[in-house]
Amino acid sequence: MLSVEEVRKTFNAGTVNERIALDGVTFRLEEGDFITVVGGNGSGKSTTMNAIAGVFPIDSGSVRIDGRDITALPEYKRAAYLGRVFQDPMMGSAARMNIEENLALAYRKCRRRGLGWGVTKKERGKYRELLAQLDLGLEDRMTSRVGLLSGGQRQALTLLMATLNKPALLLLDEHTAALDPKTAGKVLALTEKIVTENKITTLMVTHNMHDALRYGNRVMMMRDGRAVFEAAGEEKARLKVADMLEMFEI
Amino acid sequence: MTGIILGAAGLGLLWSVMTIGVFLTYRVLDIADLTAEGSIVTGAAAAAVIIAGGGNPFAASLAAFLAGAATGLITGLLHTKLKIPALLSGILCMIALYSINIRIMKGAANVSLLRKTTVYTEVLRLLPSAANKDMAAIAAGLLCAAAVCAAVYWFFGTELGSAIRAAGDNMKMARSQGINTDNMIIMGLALSNALIGLSGGLIAQYLGFADVSMGIGSIVIGLASVIIGEVLFGVKTFRRTLFSLVCGSVVYRIVIAFVYKLGMPASDLKLFTAMTVAAALYLPKLTKKWAKRAKGGGGNAVG
Ligand SMILES: Nc1ncnc2c1ncn2[C@@H]1O[C@H](COP(=O)(O)OP(=O)(O)OP(=O)(O)O)[C@@H](O)[C@H]1O
Ligand SMILES: [Mg+2]
Repeated sequence: MLSVEEVRKTFNAGTVNERIALDGVTFRLEEGDFITVVGGNGSGKSTTMNAIAGVFPIDSGSVRIDGRDITALPEYKRAAYLGRVFQDPMMGSAARMNIEENLALAYRKCRRRGLGWGVTKKERGKYRELLAQLDLGLEDRMTSRVGLLSGGQRQALTLLMATLNKPALLLLDEHTAALDPKTAGKVLALTEKIVTENKITTLMVTHNMHDALRYGNRVMMMRDGRAVFEAAGEEKARLKVADMLEMFEI
Repeated sequence: MTGIILGAAGLGLLWSVMTIGVFLTYRVLDIADLTAEGSIVTGAAAAAVIIAGGGNPFAASLAAFLAGAATGLITGLLHTKLKIPALLSGILCMIALYSINIRIMKGAANVSLLRKTTVYTEVLRLLPSAANKDMAAIAAGLLCAAAVCAAVYWFFGTELGSAIRAAGDNMKMARSQGINTDNMIIMGLALSNALIGLSGGLIAQYLGFADVSMGIGSIVIGLASVIIGEVLFGVKTFRRTLFSLVCGSVVYRIVIAFVYKLGMPASDLKLFTAMTVAAALYLPKLTKKWAKRAKGGGGNAVG
């Protein structure tokens, strides 16, 4: 489904700020996999996601989704395959546009944008239903500017936007890190619900070992721009937080 | 007195088309686009040359619109394809336009439209015989401002218009939603400068000439009108905002007319406008500061 092969990326090559962010990271995901990714600060987790999403060109290696090589595609074209939620709740939605307009933007992700209405009546009903499922009261605020929402509400909305057209791959980069524990729990539960109900292949970065073990069927650890450990299924189920922390120390 | 107000209102309505253009870059795309200083003259020059050559004034106004669009397109390409910062792209285009505008005017620094058929002489023929040129400008300006507002309102409600707004609002998000942000920025700049060009064409016909230096300070006048409109008339909805922009432009012109009447030398106008904009830009920050102090959030508060 997703295959990341020997991806390398050096930032600021040839300067004093040279930094090898990805040093041949390689891994594969099967259809329906939900993999959690852990690793220290600067180990290359976000850079891996950005490499998949095409935020910058990579130095070498390849990224394939569903057998198609997307390594050379610009970011906005890859978006057709991807749903993304960022760590910063402000990043995933347009603050000056309202809730329904944001959802409508996401709904048209894979379509040509022409001179038809940006939001149609028919869609509004659908969005209202979807928002109601979030249980945050957003269905009654569809014409409020997104900038007025709280971080948790915005993150829930971004999650909804990212999964509106079932993406081939969902990328979650510490998407609950900026939220208070209670809201983080809610958003995580919502994530799991959406991901399992729609069987979306998902890659979730987290610094929380509990969450890394609790969610998903696979776990991966990164260090120095490489995937250094992986566990799946039974093996993952047997892992304890202490085991993970120990590996972290190496 | 009423004569002064009528003249100011007419000119304000013609400028409102430019104000909407400035709003599109400054507020929607979040770019301070200095191309405006050149594109308003490009529009004026294009319209003037056609009219001076005996062309149809409505076709000339359309040409002003298209010429303006071309200038925005160039700034957009400089910014997105050559990766030159937006502010600098605008400055480069503005400077280049100075030469181009003179070329459009066939090497002259100005073109006179004295006794030529303009949009206003055409409109005047439809009005009662008591009407004068200012009234024709008001009629034409109202019609034009209303049409531009309606078109802009419609366009930014479409899928494409929404995509441009998203690109201006949050580039990262827009790309992750599959929007080609480069194209959206180019389109937004072209549309903005098309309106500014059209405004230039209409203003030149009203003034009776196009002059290569008529654009100096126009971006600041545009910003002043945007800010005055927003503060005085509100921005609750997009429709309201567009209405505010038109009113802001008219109010600005009337204020300027009064300041002249009070005896300010014409050469101080630019200083006056720049100070107005600086003050208006600082105002929201000042009120925030005051609100904070009123809440007792100041550093000296003792519990
Ligand atoms: N745009 C960039 N320019 C320069 N260096 C970068 C850039 N992005 C990332 N890096 C560097 O690449 C390395 C990997 O960063 P990355 O953000 O992928 O780490 P991470 O695993 O996501 O860490 P964290 O847990 O702190 O989010 C870091 O050393 C970082 O400083
Ligand atoms: Mg990171």
